[in-house]
Amino acid sequence: MKKVREKTAKKRSKEEEEEEEEQIFNFKDKPAGKEEEDEDLSDSEESVFSGLEDSGSDSEEDEKESDDNDDEDDDDVTAVESKQPKQTEEEEEKEEVVGGVTEREEEEKKEDEYEHDSSDEEDIRNTVGNIPMEWYKDFPHIGYNLDGKKIFKPIRNKDELDDFLDKMENPDYWRTVHDKQTGSDIVLSDEQVELVNRLQKGQFGDVNFNEYQPSVEFFSSDVMIHPVTNRPADKRSFIPSLIEKEKVSKLVHAIKMGWIKPRRVEDDTRGRFYDLWAGEDSSILGRHKMHLPAPKIPLPGHQESYNPPPEYLFTEEELALWEQQDASDRKLPFVPVKFSSLRQVPAFSRFIHERFERCLDLYLCPRQRKMRVNVNPEDLIPKLPKPKDLQPFPTTQSLVYRGHSGLVRSISVSPSGQWLASGSDDGSVRFWEVCSSRCMKTVQVGGAVKRPVCLSTCRPHSYVASSCECGRAVHQVAWHAKGDYLASVMPDHSSHLQVLIHQLSRRRSQNPFRKNKGLVQCVSFHPVRPYFFVATQRSVRIYNLVKQEMTKKLQANSKWISSMAVHPGGDHVICGSYDCRLSWFDLDLSTKPYKMLRHHKKAVRGAAYHRSYPLFASASDDGSVIVCHGTVYNDLMQNPLIVPVKVLRGHVITHDLGVLDVTFHPTQPWVFSSGADATIRLFT
Amino acid sequence: MGGLQKKKYERGSVTNYITRNKARKKLRLSLPDFRRLCILKGIYPHEPKHKKKVNKGSTAPRTFYLIKDIRFLLHEPIVGKFRDYKVFVRKLKKAYGKTEWSAVERLRENKPTYKLDHIIKERYPSFIDALRDIDDALCMCFLFSTFARTGKCHVQTIQLCRRLTVEWMNYVVAARALRKVFISIKGIYYQAEVMGQLITWLVPYQFSHDHPTDVDYRVMATFTELYTTLLGFINFRLYHSLNLLYPPKLDSKAECELKEENEEDYALNSECYLEKLSALSASLARMVSSAEEEEAQLDQFPDEMSTNLGKREQKEQEAQKKLFDGLKFFLNREVPRESLAFVIRCFGGEVSWDKSVCIGSTYEVTEETITHHIVDRPNASTQYINRYYIQPQWVYDCINAKIVLPVEDYFLGVTLPPHLSPFVEEKEGDYMPPEKVKIMALQRGEKPAQEQEDEEEEDEDEDEEEEEDDNDDEEEDEEEDEEESEEKNLKKMEKQRSQVKVTPGKMKVENPERLEQEEKAEEKRLAIMMMKKKEKYLYDKIMFGKKRKIREANKLTAKRKAHDDAEKANKKKTRK
Repeated sequence: MKKVREKTAKKRSKEEEEEEEEQIFNFKDKPAGKEEEDEDLSDSEESVFSGLEDSGSDSEEDEKESDDNDDEDDDDVTAVESKQPKQTEEEEEKEEVVGGVTEREEEEKKEDEYEHDSSDEEDIRNTVGNIPMEWYKDFPHIGYNLDGKKIFKPIRNKDELDDFLDKMENPDYWRTVHDKQTGSDIVLSDEQVELVNRLQKGQFGDVNFNEYQPSVEFFSSDVMIHPVTNRPADKRSFIPSLIEKEKVSKLVHAIKMGWIKPRRVEDDTRGRFYDLWAGEDSSILGRHKMHLPAPKIPLPGHQESYNPPPEYLFTEEELALWEQQDASDRKLPFVPVKFSSLRQVPAFSRFIHERFERCLDLYLCPRQRKMRVNVNPEDLIPKLPKPKDLQPFPTTQSLVYRGHSGLVRSISVSPSGQWLASGSDDGSVRFWEVCSSRCMKTVQVGGAVKRPVCLSTCRPHSYVASSCECGRAVHQVAWHAKGDYLASVMPDHSSHLQVLIHQLSRRRSQNPFRKNKGLVQCVSFHPVRPYFFVATQRSVRIYNLVKQEMTKKLQANSKWISSMAVHPGGDHVICGSYDCRLSWFDLDLSTKPYKMLRHHKKAVRGAAYHRSYPLFASASDDGSVIVCHGTVYNDLMQNPLIVPVKVLRGHVITHDLGVLDVTFHPTQPWVFSSGADATIRLFT
Repeated sequence: MGGLQKKKYERGSVTNYITRNKARKKLRLSLPDFRRLCILKGIYPHEPKHKKKVNKGSTAPRTFYLIKDIRFLLHEPIVGKFRDYKVFVRKLKKAYGKTEWSAVERLRENKPTYKLDHIIKERYPSFIDALRDIDDALCMCFLFSTFARTGKCHVQTIQLCRRLTVEWMNYVVAARALRKVFISIKGIYYQAEVMGQLITWLVPYQFSHDHPTDVDYRVMATFTELYTTLLGFINFRLYHSLNLLYPPKLDSKAECELKEENEEDYALNSECYLEKLSALSASLARMVSSAEEEEAQLDQFPDEMSTNLGKREQKEQEAQKKLFDGLKFFLNREVPRESLAFVIRCFGGEVSWDKSVCIGSTYEVTEETITHHIVDRPNASTQYINRYYIQPQWVYDCINAKIVLPVEDYFLGVTLPPHLSPFVEEKEGDYMPPEKVKIMALQRGEKPAQEQEDEEEEDEDEDEEEEEDDNDDEEEDEEEDEEESEEKNLKKMEKQRSQVKVTPGKMKVENPERLEQEEKAEEKRLAIMMMKKKEKYLYDKIMFGKKRKIREANKLTAKRKAHDDAEKANKKKTRK
């Protein structure tokens, strides 16, 4: 209750203050007022009523109270401006203020003051209120007085010239103030001027006020007999606060329940180190078995030096290449630079990047154990018997037989080894003397000769069978070992008349096959037994001529067989194919090749066995003839030994064709080869 | 058909792996927390042998962790701390939102923290394991210690990193463990041998960093957290192994010497000690007096196992440790003080610098006994007679060469010889820069060649190179050579035959060695033909790599030769 009363009192007093203040302000010009605003804010109007203003210093309580009162200030008069009335008031009630005055007394006094206050009447010149006076600019009047009559503006407004003249002539000009509200000029009296001066200097308005009078210490360390105020103590001052009790009990409960933890002791063990590996236990976690330590960063080479040898610096082309390349393709992640001295080396701009990438690698990059083969390449090369120990075999080219004008398709040597027959695309068959390389005879056969020649092998008299295009192309002819039978091949997809066997003595031909089993490439008789080899595109079939049935089918594992040769022993077959391979079959082992030889770079065109020496040769489109040593053991347990012994070159590749046919000399370790360059060559 | 049908992907290698997302869900962690946990615990993805099988038939790119690793993470106490931290952040946010400052304060005081000691112990069960993995830790700490104290990471972290790196350098100085130094364009590489482990680290140059925006500093900070702990424990152990006090204290004698008047001007009292330590100019305090220890070191057991070679190596190492014994260095301004002081002290030299450069200088420029003055300027203003004025590279080159090199090449204003990487060990067939050859000759004790000899040498070098080239050509072209020669012979013969003209024959001089070589080469070629497909592939790959190496080496020699020729021509021009 009391508080409320206080407040109302305060409010009233404030209104009164404001009026007083206006009183003063009306006499002042604006700039002066503005200056006032800069004054200290801490002094609040409240201190006027606290009765303690003499003490000089504002206590904290006052400040707090002033906060509350701010809300009540509805007018836009600032707290600063309200300082003025304080002083005027002080003038009036100085004698009362000096002593310690209780609030109640103060209140009474204020009421008194209010009674005789006549400020209301003083400020009734204009009733328009606190509005910008420009609003009346266009009117002849400037507002209304208390009676509601217009207050008219002075008849003639002063212009600047008047102002100037006034300034020059009027001695009271400096103390003249224009009152906007009434539009009249007011001349300040000497006292008023004095007051303004004092206030501007920041002094008290009252001349007689002594700022430095001794202060009375109310609140000191000394215990006094009498209380400062004789107000009876509140009940709350001796009864424990319920609110506080509630708060404390809440806290206690929270502590009990463990919601609030006592303040932790500052934990400084984080930066403290000790001997972590003091009791070193060698127990390895299971995890560590699978642990793959991260690879270390590779150590820098010469090119990373700040002053590298000149050969490591980039040339212009290298630099251009480096710039063009994608960052992941670059061999070096940086450009080598040379600095003439250490002082000139700048910071590396990608340093943090590189560290960061390393971090990413460490925790993001999947790791895998990779076995790196560390093999000496020499160990990979198989240990083979030296070719020197496997002599004799042809090593050098000794003779060239020239005369043909087209590619020489096939050659054959007489059993005596004296004569050589060759068939060419120019449509002729030539007979050569082997040792002199002279062409003894040329026989013109009509049309291009395809696979024309084959000589009987073991008969004393030599027949030459040549085939030419008569209706269909005869691809190959093959003699039986006894020389009585002759097989010819005419490859044809649709017909079952691809192979014909001719008997010389009875001059009769017969067709051994009833069915077409694929495109026949070449045929051959077994040297001793009544077997017949037929090579189709992908396989070799072996027929027993006596029983008239197929005994074996050899899978060549190649795309297209080109040639075939049967070992003189009869148990081994080699097949050349257009996909660069030579496959060696051991008929006793299996139907799959015992060995695939990928010696040639291009299609294999011909293959041949030597009749007496353990040699075989293959001819290919890459222009080379490869002579291999191939020993066949009588012991069934031992596999044949195959060693390449010589690569013979000599033929010139023409029209992408190299060597077309190859044959061995029947008795000597010599090899003949015919090529697309229209020559036949003898290697001895 | 009896029995249950076997389901796919329920046995075999699938059961050993888990994808990252599944692992995260199993651990109930957010991705950043999972990442942090993986970094701290050293868990990394594994690449399964058959990715498709593990990926349940899909070929989508996924990262796999070992399921054992993830199970192992389940019991990690630090996961609990992560959760606590999450709760803490949430509470703090709430308190801020409600502007309850007292609550904020209370929460901040109770901020959950965690320690990594047990993780270190677990990851590195023995001390040697930890030492092996310290390279990255050192690099990272050295990088962080050069960071400015701006917002990229906590100031405490930077200070801790600085402290730890200084401790490490002091240890290396005390143990004389440094082996190799290399000034690269990235920074300075150091290699030390600590307890038989070679440890390499890279220190960036002392410049402020241009912080990139595409780098996640949180990842780096997590690594640094782990690395600082690791490095701290390692330092502790290493200091104790040398009977040094940890945290390091300066020798009392040395400390007195270091006392100066202007100490206060230089740094705050709290930072002063660390700065003095980091100056690296004084020895450290020992727990036991140093005299006793040295005595103990003196007697060595004759090691039966160590061969003659090993002994020689040991001797060499001992000699290297005392490389700069008795030499007194003075560092001018503008040279990398810390690096040089560290390196010189590691090899027993004494070092000082201008008082205003850094704290901890021991003697002045005017000192009479200074033997080497290191300057990085074309000329020095005042020169004292009784000392060498050299460029800083000399110190590093000496260390790498393990001998005190002649100073002539390193005088002021002289064009420096190239600085070579000591980490490159040339095998047979690799390219070796001529400077390295020279240094090796010096190491063997040969006198440095005079200038005339120099030229001769160069000539010889050239000859050798040519020979090499020839050999290479031979290897490549032998086949063709043969063919060509045979073809030529044949053609000649044919011509002769057609002309029917008898000319006096020439004795064909056959070089038996060459013949033999050819024969061998052919034998090899034929044997290669008989190789199996698989082996042939491998062989071809190896040979391809070898050939490329040779090609690169040849390219380098050619480049060098061109450069030298250009230099020579220039020289001649200037002479004229």
